[in-house]
Amino acid sequence: MCLGIPGQVVEMLDSHEHLARIDVSGVGRVINIGLLEDEDLGCGDWVLIHVGFAMSKIDEEEAALALASLKMMGGIFDEEVEALMTSQSAAEEMPDAVKAWED
Amino acid sequence: MRFVDEYRDPVAARALVRRITDLAGDDHLKFMEVCGGHTHTIYRHGIEHILPSNVELVHGPGCPVCVIPMGRVDDAISVAESPGVIFCSFGDMMRVPGSNGNLLEAKARGADVRFVYSPLDALRIAEENPDREVVFFAIGFETTAPSTAVTLLRAKAKQVMNFRVFCNHVTIVPPIKAILDSPDLRLDGFLGPGHVSTVVGNRPYRFVPAEYGKPLVTTGFEPLDILHGIAMLLEQIRQGRCEVENQYTRIVRDEGNPAALRAMAEVFELRPHFEWRGLGFIAQSALRLRDEFAAFDVEKHHRLPNIRVADPKACQCGEVLKGVIKPWECKVFGTACTPETPIGTCMVSSEGACAAYYNFGRLHREAAVALGTAAG
Repeated sequence: MCLGIPGQVVEMLDSHEHLARIDVSGVGRVINIGLLEDEDLGCGDWVLIHVGFAMSKIDEEEAALALASLKMMGGIFDEEVEALMTSQSAAEEMPDAVKAWED
Repeated sequence: MRFVDEYRDPVAARALVRRITDLAGDDHLKFMEVCGGHTHTIYRHGIEHILPSNVELVHGPGCPVCVIPMGRVDDAISVAESPGVIFCSFGDMMRVPGSNGNLLEAKARGADVRFVYSPLDALRIAEENPDREVVFFAIGFETTAPSTAVTLLRAKAKQVMNFRVFCNHVTIVPPIKAILDSPDLRLDGFLGPGHVSTVVGNRPYRFVPAEYGKPLVTTGFEPLDILHGIAMLLEQIRQGRCEVENQYTRIVRDEGNPAALRAMAEVFELRPHFEWRGLGFIAQSALRLRDEFAAFDVEKHHRLPNIRVADPKACQCGEVLKGVIKPWECKVFGTACTPETPIGTCMVSSEGACAAYYNFGRLHREAAVALGTAAG
């Protein structure tokens, strides 16, 4: 829960809802970036994610360090990343066309 | 892994240990690392093993799972077992024992207890189950409190009125003050927390040097960060300085994260007092929802047992959390109390000092050798 997982902003999704698509270990997740509204966040920036929210803007160096530290933790890291990967609120939202088709 | 190598470089680690040894001289000095993440790094990399024996690290109360008292777990289970409730919790809290079992056991008895990664997951479950009361078990320091705040702001904006929060958020400054006021312990300085400080900044710690005359250095999570933080504390002491310094400038700024602080201020207010495991009641040390969010507040909708429960006699988590004893000095450590069957909270959470030592302590020497600094 207290572990920060690093990710890289791939796409700004919805400025009203403060959502961005973020690449976490190669998987796209939808993350709330509202807490970084003062940071002028853009594509390519790295962030540290805590419980579904981007909490700090970091540089590539810190991202590499955070990831290496997490990997050393072994099972705990796997659980935290697994939790993020299965988080329903972070699931990539379906494009409207797909939603319409499913309806 | 260019960056990583720089922060685990054995040559740099040896140089820092030499500097620490020189600065410490013959004095026995005790520094507390407040944050559970630091405790983890210290055991994982065998830091205690490579420091000179007269520089002692004392583990602090900065593990949010560890400081929740048993009575609050009982309250959580009582809410979870109320009719119609879907109870959502972080995984860490599921195995924390109350006086009558933990949340996993409540689930086995039939309560609808669900594991979530984020408060936003709980809000989503509430939107998908409008006829159920969906409760989020909110715990954590200022690292997670802003996330709960933003989730509540969203719930209010979207009028998701079946969403509720059982708020157990705590703040980092009051326990530091409580430890400084405790007669049990004589400390010479603090390694200030990393992630919490990204939110609160460095300013809230100014009372530590100003009122207690102890230095504090906000420190990162890499092994070299920890060693560097210790060296900075010693330099202050040797130079006759006493101030708040920032070793973790890669992330932490003096002003913290203003957007996160704004969200917290909008949603939460301080409780008059809150019970901490091991530290007892501490004034203005925890958060509750403001009246504007009463509709979302579990404590306004449920009659909680609210009974204070003493820790099991054998459990010494309180002394571990205050840094009075080391994990392995507890009578039940590694025997009756293990990560598989924890008696105390410090063995439950991965950030708890006992779990960190249990998992990594025996690797001390290997890790220290890998860092190339083990003596002898």
